[in-house]
Amino acid sequence: MVLLELEEVTKRYGQLVVIDRVSLRVDEGELVGMVGPNGAGKTTLFGVISGDVRPEEGRVLLDGATLNRLGPAARCRMGIGRTYQVPRPFGGMTVFENVLMASQQGARLRGWESRHAAAIVLGRTGLQSLANRPAETLGLLGRKRLEVARALATRPRLLLLDEVAGGLTDLEVAELMGVVRSIRSEGVAIVWIEHVVRALIDTVDRLVCLASGRLVADGAPVAVLSDPAVREVYLGTDVAEDAVVHR
Amino acid sequence: MEWANAIVQGIVTGGFYALFACGLSLMFGVMGIINLAHGDLAIIAAYVAIALIPSTHLPMVWAFVVVVPIFAVGGYVVQRTLLQASLDRSPFTTLLVAFGMSVIIENVLLEVFSANGQSITIGTLITKSFSLNSTITISYFSVIVLAVAIMVLGGIQLFLSRTATGRLVRAVADDREAAQLVGANYRHVFGIAAAIAFATVALAGLSYGMLTEFVPTSGVTTLLFAFESVVIGGIGNVWGTLVGGVVLGVAQQIGAQINPAYQILAGNLVFLAVLAVRPRGLFGMRTA
Repeated sequence: MVLLELEEVTKRYGQLVVIDRVSLRVDEGELVGMVGPNGAGKTTLFGVISGDVRPEEGRVLLDGATLNRLGPAARCRMGIGRTYQVPRPFGGMTVFENVLMASQQGARLRGWESRHAAAIVLGRTGLQSLANRPAETLGLLGRKRLEVARALATRPRLLLLDEVAGGLTDLEVAELMGVVRSIRSEGVAIVWIEHVVRALIDTVDRLVCLASGRLVADGAPVAVLSDPAVREVYLGTDVAEDAVVHR
Repeated sequence: MEWANAIVQGIVTGGFYALFACGLSLMFGVMGIINLAHGDLAIIAAYVAIALIPSTHLPMVWAFVVVVPIFAVGGYVVQRTLLQASLDRSPFTTLLVAFGMSVIIENVLLEVFSANGQSITIGTLITKSFSLNSTITISYFSVIVLAVAIMVLGGIQLFLSRTATGRLVRAVADDREAAQLVGANYRHVFGIAAAIAFATVALAGLSYGMLTEFVPTSGVTTLLFAFESVVIGGIGNVWGTLVGGVVLGVAQQIGAQINPAYQILAGNLVFLAVLAVRPRGLFGMRTA
């Protein structure tokens, strides 16, 4: 069953084409990795899906219904959760309050139910011991976890992860991978942008590569990384080869 | 002892300034709106009271029960329509719209109620006072206003820190995009903040109309004092607004003690001094 569908989406800023006729499908429960160099338009594409960015052309569909006219809050309530590349916790609030907010607003839970749901999410993301800490006092790993927790508390059916592993140590990446796998095991579809290609390749069902706003490859991870178009994109950086060699 | 009296009078006046200022602070802190019509809204509240209440044959204090809810609902509606439409364009548009509202309100009030001074008469309460000693005499009504200001500010503080809706207001004020991403309808939240701001400005305007005579253009001077209180106290800090109001009130009374002509000047000087030394105000911790 197709959950998310992008149809020929184009986003321009003035003359600059940031997303160029991108079409993409994500099935229910599927884990799709998204790679591409800086400035390829990955985060902008997330914005198009979450509703922060309005595309000039093309359609965004969830369950076959077009989302184009809906804002980010409505899309969140329909089941699209998203994390920010640079974590943006609500300042002046505790970790628990941050997650509670998502549980009440995104998942529309009330009272005890919302508190219970928030507590469960904190447990799953390994934040329970930090629940009463002001969110702004968290380190990078904590903030990244909180981004995931907050998105998860909205009860998404589609989760958009924007470089949750960026800037973390290998051990921390491995921990976060465990969290992502557990989310996925519950049937939540995930699209995951990551620069650390190695983090993706063993976990994802499918890999897509975005370059200069175009989707240049879409398929099985190994096939995508050995695709000439992808190799050209990464020419000189060795990221892709590196990942393949390490398998 | 005359100085002590000036300080005491300054403190009770400060409570009134804080009541006036808290809505201004809230609208700037949450929506980023500099509401230049804030003072005029207060004056509308006073005029609505003298237009509505006499026909009901209720005592004038009922103005609070009638006008404050009307203003809360009005605040929500104005925010969701006119102000939201302005915000969707630009902050500058919003500033101009608020300025336009101020001009329109003053002129409509002039047209309807004329430029003659009026006041809300609440009987003998306004003249009753008690003496601490031979020089310090405090009016009951100004103490009531101070108490109301403290309760309102405390209520806003509790609302923001303890309730789910209050947390939502804080989240939207902090990061509107991130709040939307977790499902928050920020326009509704803006409406709630405006409803609270309008309700408090109605309270302030009614108190003002009971304390003193007002004309359609009285909003301008009161707006200045509200701005000064907010800036002295620090934007986004509820108790800071109370301290800001009290600092301003005390400065004005001390100025008046030196020379009655220095009342406003002294307040302005303290305001400038705070701006020069602590641009974010006495208790301002973060930029809004």
